[in-house]
Amino acid sequence: MSRPGDNWHLRESYTFDRHVIAEIHRAANTGVYRIRGWGAKRRLPTLDDLVFLGASMSRYPLEGYRESCGTDLVIGEERAARPLKIDIPITIAGMSFGSLSSQAKEALGRGASAMGTSTTSGDGGMLPEEREHSSKLVYQYLPSRYGQNPDDLRRGDAIEVVVGQGAKPGGGGMLLGQKVSERVAGMRTLPAGIDQRSACRHPDWTGPDDLQIKIHELREIVDWEVPIFVKIGAARPFYDTALAVKAGADAVVVDGMQGGTAATQDVFIEHAGIPTIAAIPEATRALQDLDVHRKSVKLIASGGMRSGADVAKALALGADAVSIGTAALIALGDNDPAYDEEYRELGSAAGFWDDFQDGTDPAGISTQDPRLTSRLDPVIGGRRLANYLQVLTLETQTLARACGKSHVVNLEPEDLAALTVEAAAMAQVPVAGTDWIPGDRRKR
Amino acid sequence: MGTAAGRHLHVDPSCVSEPHQVTTIDLAQSSLRDLNQMLHLARHGSFRVLNPRGAHAVACGIDAEVSVEIHGSVGYYCAGMHQKGSVYIDGNASTGLAENIMSGTVHITGSATMSAGATGHGGLVVIEGNAGARCGISMKGVDIVVGGNVGHMSAFMAQAGNLVVLGDAGADLGDSIYEANLYVRGEVASLGADAIHKDMRPEHVQTLAGLLRRAGMEADPDDFRRYGSARNLYNFHIDDVDAEVAGRDV
Repeated sequence: MSRPGDNWHLRESYTFDRHVIAEIHRAANTGVYRIRGWGAKRRLPTLDDLVFLGASMSRYPLEGYRESCGTDLVIGEERAARPLKIDIPITIAGMSFGSLSSQAKEALGRGASAMGTSTTSGDGGMLPEEREHSSKLVYQYLPSRYGQNPDDLRRGDAIEVVVGQGAKPGGGGMLLGQKVSERVAGMRTLPAGIDQRSACRHPDWTGPDDLQIKIHELREIVDWEVPIFVKIGAARPFYDTALAVKAGADAVVVDGMQGGTAATQDVFIEHAGIPTIAAIPEATRALQDLDVHRKSVKLIASGGMRSGADVAKALALGADAVSIGTAALIALGDNDPAYDEEYRELGSAAGFWDDFQDGTDPAGISTQDPRLTSRLDPVIGGRRLANYLQVLTLETQTLARACGKSHVVNLEPEDLAALTVEAAAMAQVPVAGTDWIPGDRRKR
Repeated sequence: MGTAAGRHLHVDPSCVSEPHQVTTIDLAQSSLRDLNQMLHLARHGSFRVLNPRGAHAVACGIDAEVSVEIHGSVGYYCAGMHQKGSVYIDGNASTGLAENIMSGTVHITGSATMSAGATGHGGLVVIEGNAGARCGISMKGVDIVVGGNVGHMSAFMAQAGNLVVLGDAGADLGDSIYEANLYVRGEVASLGADAIHKDMRPEHVQTLAGLLRRAGMEADPDDFRRYGSARNLYNFHIDDVDAEVAGRDV
């Protein structure tokens, strides 16, 4: 028997659900594709679909509070006179000043430095506040070359040549005019208030053979002082990783499709690239084929990392470290329920807000509006990030010790089982309770 | 390339050039690493480079008031990220000549292939011969003077600075251009998106005359046409139907 207000007789279309209908209405009204921030929001195969087996009769665990479990990592020791040494296997991903406020960039530097790890510049160049508060700063080398200069190149503790990112492999970037303040515009040599496009390809090299020469040039400019990373969006990670190694990378950063963005077409975010769980094993396989895995070339995985469980699983699949972006912004206060009323005034709500491109961020993180940026105290933000990184590290160690590992990079695929057939196939670990790995590459 | 070649090499400071002294480096005898490290240690002086034999990254990363003469052709990224000094190449250059130059001058007697002067932020690049595709791509303040022709997609997304072409320009010149000025004496095969012909005002004639003089090129500024941005791609244009309907008298 129905009661007033019940709408059980209504059936929502699976094909044309309310999100789809709203998007069609929006597109019909504006004539422009939807641009937003964040990363993929739809359900994807994730690292949640894996579990650790833990030690048992056949494995010997380490005592959680008494036995050490290392977390440090050295990148580039073979070629760089000054390799990058980080204390924890979690780094901060590249995010530009422009997309983020200077306060947010400073907070990221402070938090990362407190935990002995690195942060990364971004499109638009190196911000002085960022350099000052980052003990280890990776300088990105991007297709746009906004703000790119040899002084900052030499000031970096590593160089990251960005080929692509997980949110939009094959795509360039954009920074909409409402966020292009005088300072942002000045660093990019463009007029304030215009939409700033970032090219999808580098202007002076076109393939892996050229990249090899480019990396050589960068090493020459910095006198072989610092390591060089190559960042790729996860699309064909086996081949891309192999080519990055061939080009001379000291580290390959593989960014899965859950990776965040400050402003990208929604259709790109949701429909290009492959999930992180599928990307890491492929990149690892390439490094193993070339006999550089866990040796001269390090693998950094990113895209949707949230917890120590994600970190530990990424390492078990072959990564040497992970990189976080969206999670770091949340740690600073992004989508804080305290600002729910303001998010609702913007047509969203705390927990849902993804309009990083608008420059209206109530938390003062992805905006250049002084009224809003003043809300983010870089010191407090840095402490929050450091706390979060501390938790990620402790959680990672907890799982590693339970698997009997004295260092987190000793985690391995044998420590994992998959809860779904898809995860088993992508991660190349057995379905839980079986020895079945769909499409087992070891048997080829 | 791609190895630890020369990672721990240290150039004896006593061999670094003194003012008014010309130091010769023969790349048939010395390594590229030796050359570049010497140039990075030098704060002044003159250098002559022999037998480059198409090597890549020759004289890249200079950051001092040094003068370098290279006798022979060079490979990719010669004088890359150049600052302050001057580099003179008596020969041809491959991809990325003077890429991301910040200041100073780079002058080549022959031709340069793709992406010459790419993303340059300042300084002057002079190419006496032709330049290939994407000359001045994403230029951010550099001045480039080309005695011959430039290839297709030159000055793509050019943000600031001046590109002067005494010969012809290939297809899609200045595609998606921002605030750079393009001066072409010869034919333009086609203009790229948002690039248009613009009037030569007195200040442009003056700028052009100065660039020609600095480049040592004989040409009459009045023979050139100027191209720049129509500025139609600077912002997304949204058709907000709802707002129009809401504001309409019904």
